[in-house]
Amino acid sequence: MIRSNILVGLVRILRKIGHNFSDRIWRLGAGARLFGLTLAYSGESFRRFHLTIREVYFTGVMSLIIVLVSAFFVGMVLALQGYYTLQKYGSSEAIGVLVALSLLRELGPVVTALLFAGRAGTAITAEIGLMKATEQLSAMEMMAVSPIARVVAPRFWAGVIAMPILATLFSMVGILGGYLVAVPLIGVDAGAFWSQMQANVDWRFDILNGVIKSLVFGVACTMIALFEGYDAPPTAEGVSRATTRTVVTSSLAVLGLDFALTSFMISM
Amino acid sequence: MTPNTLAQNIVEINNLSFGYKGRMLHQGINMVFPRGKVVAIMGGSGSGKTTLLRLIGGQLKPSKGEARVEGQIVHQQSRDGIYKLRRKMGMLFQQGALFTDLSVYENVAFPMREHTDLPESMIHDLVLMKLNAVGLRGAHKLMPTELSGGMARRVALARAIALDPDIIMYDEPFAGLDPISMGVICDLIRTLNDALGATSIIVSHDVKETFTIADYVYFVANGVVVAEGTPEDLRKSTLPFVHQFVHGEKDGPVPFHYAAGDYAQDLLGFENARQGA
Amino acid sequence: MERTTIDLWVGIFVALGLAALLGLAMKVGNLTTSGIGETYTVTANFENIGGLKPRAPVKSAGVVVGRVSDITFDGTTFEAVVSLNIDKRYAFPKDTFANIYTAGLLGEQYIGLEAGGDEVSLVSGDKIIQTQDAVVLEKMISQFLYNKASESPEEGVAKTDTNSTKEADDALGSNPLDAMTQPAKP
Repeated sequence: MIRSNILVGLVRILRKIGHNFSDRIWRLGAGARLFGLTLAYSGESFRRFHLTIREVYFTGVMSLIIVLVSAFFVGMVLALQGYYTLQKYGSSEAIGVLVALSLLRELGPVVTALLFAGRAGTAITAEIGLMKATEQLSAMEMMAVSPIARVVAPRFWAGVIAMPILATLFSMVGILGGYLVAVPLIGVDAGAFWSQMQANVDWRFDILNGVIKSLVFGVACTMIALFEGYDAPPTAEGVSRATTRTVVTSSLAVLGLDFALTSFMISM
Repeated sequence: MTPNTLAQNIVEINNLSFGYKGRMLHQGINMVFPRGKVVAIMGGSGSGKTTLLRLIGGQLKPSKGEARVEGQIVHQQSRDGIYKLRRKMGMLFQQGALFTDLSVYENVAFPMREHTDLPESMIHDLVLMKLNAVGLRGAHKLMPTELSGGMARRVALARAIALDPDIIMYDEPFAGLDPISMGVICDLIRTLNDALGATSIIVSHDVKETFTIADYVYFVANGVVVAEGTPEDLRKSTLPFVHQFVHGEKDGPVPFHYAAGDYAQDLLGFENARQGA
Repeated sequence: MERTTIDLWVGIFVALGLAALLGLAMKVGNLTTSGIGETYTVTANFENIGGLKPRAPVKSAGVVVGRVSDITFDGTTFEAVVSLNIDKRYAFPKDTFANIYTAGLLGEQYIGLEAGGDEVSLVSGDKIIQTQDAVVLEKMISQFLYNKASESPEEGVAKTDTNSTKEADDALGSNPLDAMTQPAKP
């Protein structure tokens, strides 16, 4: 009796793992399909480019404050912490390099993407989930208007446009914050700060690679947010769960992709 | 199909079956919707009435049989073909389904902007005309969130008729409205149908309102058409199901209880199972 | 919101982004100093390049004049072949000396060019003959220890020529910088 209970429990666990696994794979496939459809319908949505511009406003401009304020603080903390360590090795003038490289190569794209997922990604998921729940997407289809061309594609391209801009501004403002802490506050020589930075930051391998990273994150974060919204069960609970999933999936995707991209870029 | 019936029936449903994952919702349904008429599909909640509208609109594919719009089999059309058919249809959704990020004016203008290249001045005039038809010309600047349920449904109706469709489909147009709004919508459906020369398909379970405006009524239950006829015929019908539905009786062919096992067995079974474990 | 207002904001947003990118490229990156300028390529063979990486700077008199573009291994001479991209604006004599240096104690390695006296300048495809290998810390320490063991303590101190005689007594505690400025040659 007891043994059979254990067996039943084991079977149940295995079944659950199998179900979860196949569910994940299914979602991955469905997400890829939506991605393909989005690209296919992009031409149609580009003819109404003001729709995309409108979404750039909602995803990009509206995320500006949180991104810039975070960038400023991240830059200041980087300079403080970096100085503390660097001065032990007598190379405190390398603080500029440290701040610039950390921001351009990693923190700029990654932190921006995480903030974007929390600020714009959740908004996209909730909006599309609610549009679906209130039959707005269905209504659009019945009016012979493709919701993918009218709703999904403009948001997708807006995210792809906004993310690199936000990440670049993040790095810029972060370096400014680092400068403010390192030079006026700690007293590192301003000339050393900038010259060390310029000698060690490469336009292509550091700045451009950072932009490429944020472009990839923009595609991933926006697509995940759109898919979760599009796939959300049309109930209040379904939409709220989808919103949570957007943040979790986007964050994991960003960090995973960051590792993959970094190792690829370093090996180049 | 002869040209004569094509001219007569704008929509036809022939031997249509539909279901998900082995659970059949419809089993061999036949319906005709003659041009210029108001036809109602009635049935209890969950009898698949709304699904029928989606099958006509091509949002779902039937498992068997077909839905024809203007003689064309809907599910065999390409995406462009379906979109072409849909431009002849207007649909009023249960909750209105207004675009919440657009104003009332922009909601009504939406189909025009998407499907025509009309100049802004003409769109302006058309939108105000449509809104005037539903009595909400004064509300064109409001956002959907500022409207009451009845007003939202009228705006949605204005949007549904924006492109002067040949077929107007109503999904539960009376659900959740106060008696006054209900009367207004009821009136609008009939007048718009006659003014536009369109054909209306109403899905509803509100007997009183539906019977006052419908020319012909189909009753759907358990996936089949159980009764059909003019409202007068159906009022006098002696079919148990129709009688129960029309007069709103609690028990009848549609049982109060969902199919279940023996009551005593269910109650005692729990105790027995606990003792066994 | 009005479409014109949105357009304005998005315009500002995109312009800010482009300005930031330009600012980063100019003020932070080295777009102005190198990267897109025209270069010529010369090679240099080293027996040991230590931790030199592609993209490492090539400096002369402390100024960045180019970058390491490629590092390959020559299977016949068993040497490392390092290709250097040098800015077209700077010409170096044929007998220029190429060293592998380390920036700071543990910093990245770079190539230092010391100009010779030849009249003829290096052109693209040339090879720098005179090179000096990277200093490998382990090699240096073992050499130092070997010297120490083979000589008397006093001689050892004199030979390393440092001020810090006390530290020199303990090989592991010695200041490696001193040893580095004097790469022990057998």
